[in-house]
Amino acid sequence: MTSPSAGLAGHPAARAMASRHRLRLWEPIPWILAIAVFFVFPKYLGFATELLITILFAISLDLVLGYAGIVTLGHAAFFGAGAYAVGMLAKHGLWNEPITGLIIAAVVAAAVGLGSGLVLLRTRGLTLLMLTLCTMALLEEAANLGQAYTGGFDGLDSLPIRPLFGVFEFNPLYPTTQYLYVLAVLFVCFVFVRTLVYSPFGQSLRGIRENTLRMHAVGAPVRARLVTCYTVSAAVAGVAGGIWAQANAYVNLGTLGLDRAATVLIILVLGGAGRLYGAFVGAVAYMALSHFLSKVYPTAWQLGLGLLLVVIALFARNGILGLVEDLWRRRAVTTDR
Amino acid sequence: MIFGADVASMLLGGVAAGMVLFIVSVGLSVTMGLMGFVNLAHGGFAMLGGYAIVLAMKHWGLGFVPALVFGFLAIAAVSAVLERLLYTRLYEAGELDQVLFTIGLVFIMTASVTLLVGPENQPLTLPSILRGQIDLGITRYRTYSVVLIAIGIVIAVGLWLAFERTRMGAQIRAAVDNRRMAESLGINIGRLFTVTFAFGSGMAALGGGLGAEFLGLDPQYALKYLVFFLIVVAVGGLGRVTGVFYAALLIGVLDFVLKKYVPQGGTLFIYGLTVLLLLWRPQGLFGGKAAA
Amino acid sequence: MMKRIIAVAAVLVMTAAWAQAQEVKVGVNLPYTGIGAEFAQLVDRGMELYLKLNADKVKPYKITLIRRDVKDPSGANAKIAVQELLTQDNVDILAGWIYSPNAIASAPIVTAGKKLAVIMNAGTAHITNLSPYYVRTSFSMWHAGYALGEAAAKLLNGKTAVVGYTDFPPGKDSLAAFKRSFEANGGKVVDEIPMGGAGAVPDFTPFFQRAKDKKPDVFFVFVPAGDHAAAVAKTYAALGMREAGIKLIGPGDITQDTKLQAMGPAAVGLITMHHYHADLDNPENKRFVEAWKKEYGATSTPDFMAVGGYDGMAAIVYVVQTLKGKIDVDKALEALKGWKFNSPRGPISIDPVTRDIVMNEYLSEAVMKDGRVFQKVIGKIDGVKDACKEQKIGPCAPK
Repeated sequence: MTSPSAGLAGHPAARAMASRHRLRLWEPIPWILAIAVFFVFPKYLGFATELLITILFAISLDLVLGYAGIVTLGHAAFFGAGAYAVGMLAKHGLWNEPITGLIIAAVVAAAVGLGSGLVLLRTRGLTLLMLTLCTMALLEEAANLGQAYTGGFDGLDSLPIRPLFGVFEFNPLYPTTQYLYVLAVLFVCFVFVRTLVYSPFGQSLRGIRENTLRMHAVGAPVRARLVTCYTVSAAVAGVAGGIWAQANAYVNLGTLGLDRAATVLIILVLGGAGRLYGAFVGAVAYMALSHFLSKVYPTAWQLGLGLLLVVIALFARNGILGLVEDLWRRRAVTTDR
Repeated sequence: MIFGADVASMLLGGVAAGMVLFIVSVGLSVTMGLMGFVNLAHGGFAMLGGYAIVLAMKHWGLGFVPALVFGFLAIAAVSAVLERLLYTRLYEAGELDQVLFTIGLVFIMTASVTLLVGPENQPLTLPSILRGQIDLGITRYRTYSVVLIAIGIVIAVGLWLAFERTRMGAQIRAAVDNRRMAESLGINIGRLFTVTFAFGSGMAALGGGLGAEFLGLDPQYALKYLVFFLIVVAVGGLGRVTGVFYAALLIGVLDFVLKKYVPQGGTLFIYGLTVLLLLWRPQGLFGGKAAA
Repeated sequence: MMKRIIAVAAVLVMTAAWAQAQEVKVGVNLPYTGIGAEFAQLVDRGMELYLKLNADKVKPYKITLIRRDVKDPSGANAKIAVQELLTQDNVDILAGWIYSPNAIASAPIVTAGKKLAVIMNAGTAHITNLSPYYVRTSFSMWHAGYALGEAAAKLLNGKTAVVGYTDFPPGKDSLAAFKRSFEANGGKVVDEIPMGGAGAVPDFTPFFQRAKDKKPDVFFVFVPAGDHAAAVAKTYAALGMREAGIKLIGPGDITQDTKLQAMGPAAVGLITMHHYHADLDNPENKRFVEAWKKEYGATSTPDFMAVGGYDGMAAIVYVVQTLKGKIDVDKALEALKGWKFNSPRGPISIDPVTRDIVMNEYLSEAVMKDGRVFQKVIGKIDGVKDACKEQKIGPCAPK
């Protein structure tokens, strides 16, 4: 008699789960496109750099929102923490090497994430939402008041960032170095997040999101997992903020504002949360529309965005990628007949 | 006595500010407590109400009070329609979808107002009896603030009576505490939702018009002040009129006092205080159940 | 046959090249959408009006405006806009900047781009130090603030003052400027009240209450132009401060022409110091205001932002004419050093050392006249420079 586990291992569901982490055929596509942009659209590199940084930020939010199910309107707190860490160190002449600067940004943001996570994640729902919002607002106000260090409303400008590896300069007018640098960082962070998401840790996060009560019953350390996830997400957001400060040689209160936090939430949901690549799709769709449409018809842009959000909330709960998945599944069903 | 005048004018200013917060936020608290729905568009209804009132006065020559009534009814009607058509579909949906839907709604409201009326601030011309100052014995103070306090108290008492002494009030309280039980008792939840939602949004509209003197009125209103309304509701506790009342007063007075004595602190204190309060009592100061 | 084709081709190429030499591209960055949309429209209209009224001064060149929306004061969009104007549109001259943070953020790109950059509004004093290619035709907060301190002490006989200011750099600039010259002229600033941020208009009641309790002779207020100013006038009236003998003074931002009539009788009694308002009595301004109303509507009015755009365009056209369409930035800066112009605000010139504007400042009081609010000039100071850079105070000291 065959042992039950051997029989189950052949089951299609088990096989699907075991192969979830394998590289799909289309996964290299975004990266190929990103490299192509470098050669085909050299004049749009400024916009493209901003786009890549937004994708990184959205990925960090996906970890916490899409996988752990924590709804937060305050994620810009970590972006700003990373940005100001880099900015203040550079402006005050303390540290301006780019790569180690990013590590510092990640650590600072992670500290903020850990501290706030430990305290805030005891609550949920509206209370948690409000608390994340207020924490971010507190940081923003603190940055405004501490203007001797942070530059206040005007921010810190002309940050003296040392050239990458001592050779590649950050040119404000022709951001070729910035673009490739950001792309490399994005790749590294993405690989890290992807591995995390397909690990047992990532699976337990999904369990917490779907059914917290059952996870408690199973004995999973729910709060510890949530706080860890929150901290890791904060670190990645901090890297995004730090690299933003380096690429722009500039940091100001906008990095900590509700505007940035709300925009990244919209972007993620537009693309599809909990799908890793939703960040890519959402950011490209949103920023392209914003950059080109709002030029033509500015107030109508806000109206259109509002309508889009309403439609998504009502009909396309899982964003663009969700729609694509639905269509794909429906195709698969019809071809089966 | 100088000291008395100082304290009096401070209290008056803070309480008046708190009253505006109360009138706008009470609708949000009840609908969130009753329907469990995160309605970030509430500030948008307040804004639309303010615009309806100001424009009715400007273009149709309505008096201040008739315009207020008009604003209340118009926005109540509009919100009832929106509730029946759109909000109902999302009652069972997750928080995230509700947040997205209502943010989208706010964008639509803001853009519409900008396109139809324009991006500038709309000034509200108060009737002349409400301008200037009034002598209160201890001190002279801005007439409008005093009137606003009176109105706020009347509304608070009226709402409290409505909730505690009428049948519909009892139904709402029951549904807030335990919706399923209330349903099994035969209460028509759907109709209750619509009526409460319309009333709450109407109140917001009223608040938008009454508060325009202090908070101004422009297309950014809905998003600018949303955080404050949410803070009042979270601190006061969902679904409790008394909770919102005291929370609004607390925040109004504190904000006023802090601005006067420590203006350098900015909004730091309000946010910090909110964080501390919510950590200490996540369900709000007066909330019954935890905000979920 | 071949020779003829070549000849025609050569003529065509030369004509094209000649036509190109006639066109000058000006890249304009303004917040056309968002909270600054009103201001962007004022500056844009000022620029267009100059080109329309002075079409003969522009010939034979053609000024093409390439517009980009910066959406907000956060700096990031301004950087992208300026960078794209320089690298994608290849503009010859840059112009615009309403918000100081955007001008500050753009400075390194402007320097790297090596093009003339004309600032048409942003007022933080030290901005012109941030790039050698910045020229400002609008104002510095110190122009009005410093002059008002002197006027408050001498003309209004103020001994004590309370300063209320919106807590962001132009506000702090204004406070520093006023305080410096008020105290240099025998006055004393007894209280400094930061009144909230530049984003949302706060309820000014608690701040004004505090000022009223201190019983000063003058209450100097700086808030950003627009809705903040309207709330200021209203709160001043509602708290009965005029009856209490406290004069409300400030730079002209608080009586911005576009908001003044809406403020109504509440604005009466406000005393302001500014380089421009629509009621200035000089032939250039009369022509300007008349043309503005004809072009944009009888109820519309220009204000100091519009004049910033107008004079900025005047400077640009002067440069184009002097350099015959070939805009080399160093030659352009040289040309502007000697530039003098009869603006609607009076005679102006560019300070050769700081590249900031030199102009008159007018002390005005708001009164009711013919059923509308009118700004009556009660004093004037000629040829005012930016005192912050002149006296090298704080961040204005050269780097």
